[in-house]
Amino acid sequence: MSEIAEKVKAIIIDKLGVEASEVTPEASFTNDLGADSLDTVELIMEFEKEFNVSIPDDQAENIGTVGQAISYLEEHAK
Amino acid sequence: MTSIRRVVVTGLGAITPLGNTAPAYWEGLRAGASGAATITRFDPSKFKTRFACEVKDYNPDAYFDRKEGRKMDLFTQFGVIAADEAIADSGLLESGVNKDRVGVIWGSGIGGLKSLQEECFQFERGDGTPRYSPFFIPRMIADSASGNISIKNGFRGPNFVTTSACASSNDSIIAAFNNIRLGLADVMITGGSEAAITESGVGGFNALKAMSERNDDPASASRPYDKDRDGFVLGEGAGALVLEEYEHAKARGAKMYAELIGGGMSSDAYHITAPDPTGSGVVLVMQNALRDAGITAAEVDYINTHGTSTPLGDGAEIKAIEQVFGEHAEKLNISSTKSMTGHLLGGAGGVEAVACLLAMQHGVVPPTINLHTPDPEINQALNFTPNVAQERDVRVAMSNTFGFGGHNTSVIFRKL
Repeated sequence: MSEIAEKVKAIIIDKLGVEASEVTPEASFTNDLGADSLDTVELIMEFEKEFNVSIPDDQAENIGTVGQAISYLEEHAK
Repeated sequence: MTSIRRVVVTGLGAITPLGNTAPAYWEGLRAGASGAATITRFDPSKFKTRFACEVKDYNPDAYFDRKEGRKMDLFTQFGVIAADEAIADSGLLESGVNKDRVGVIWGSGIGGLKSLQEECFQFERGDGTPRYSPFFIPRMIADSASGNISIKNGFRGPNFVTTSACASSNDSIIAAFNNIRLGLADVMITGGSEAAITESGVGGFNALKAMSERNDDPASASRPYDKDRDGFVLGEGAGALVLEEYEHAKARGAKMYAELIGGGMSSDAYHITAPDPTGSGVVLVMQNALRDAGITAAEVDYINTHGTSTPLGDGAEIKAIEQVFGEHAEKLNISSTKSMTGHLLGGAGGVEAVACLLAMQHGVVPPTINLHTPDPEINQALNFTPNVAQERDVRVAMSNTFGFGGHNTSVIFRKL
């Protein structure tokens, strides 16, 4: 797993209070990991802070699973 | 107000600088313990006041899962914890109560001060890019305690927060009382909480010259009615009551601590922070409470005073008591439990109502500690329950709280 993927996973575990085993690439933040709309906003903000990127709202809407977050950040992280 | 709907107290909860449950709080009150010590929540070394009455040994993980706890300011956490204890004590959930008829009216003078402060600090330290947490507003707003208590328990009745500075949670108790009397709910969770021991809280109250600066001896700093008092000591925590319509409580066989028989409100209309030295607003509030309760002053056994240990406020309240109670004033037990807990601001009325109800239950009046050099300006013929608890069958107890803005509140409980 890439360093970015490790960090993304750690953030999700921390912010959503879930077990590492639940954080699979297919896992949806809202359907599988118990996030509500505010949790999702917070996750995006944490990704922005950690990876020093700015994720526009229209792109943030497409980040709904762990795998989508990892691939977006692998592409855009500085 | 004459109402056929009577209101009783069926559950108590508290998290305080003296103990983290209502029974532990009572042990501290009865023993005359002080909750004051050097501030641990931040580095106070540059502050004029470097001590406060903090809740001790507090670990939010013992009460909340981490995700849930993170979304609540400390004042909300304290509120949920005290409310949970009171609800469990009342046996309400086990009784199959209709949750549409259960409401929550909570008191907080300030709301999530720490959350506000932290988010502002963080923005200021950054490069101007706003990175406010989506949980910032819901953590900070003062109604988040009442909201969280209802969400956790599914209580769908009336729900809001009262804010009247240090009178906030007596106002919430009175509002909850009225909601039941008016038939708008059968059960109300009420009380209040505060968590303002932060840089901005301590710095702000220091700027008002309202707080004690007795840094060399924190435990003796809160000393209502003592000549050497120099201001209040900041406290934190929560006190919760379950109020219930009498027939509703009786039908489910609930334990009843006492009946809430009256609530009074008034305003000084004098100054935004200073109490009216004549105490006329305080006279009015106690008269209003007695009238609402339909009792005479001579029926009162115990007054848990506002008594914050400030030079001006303590004397004005006592003058008002002398005026309202006349000769009976000397037969009262009077105490300021703020001498032990410090001043919980918007949480004061909640924890002090709990103190009154436990005093009635145990037949013991908790003391005013640190009363060593009586202030000659204050009539010392009155029984301030100095330093040591006194046994007394408390049939009727009055609890006063007053707030910046000139808000005065008084509630009266009577044994059933």
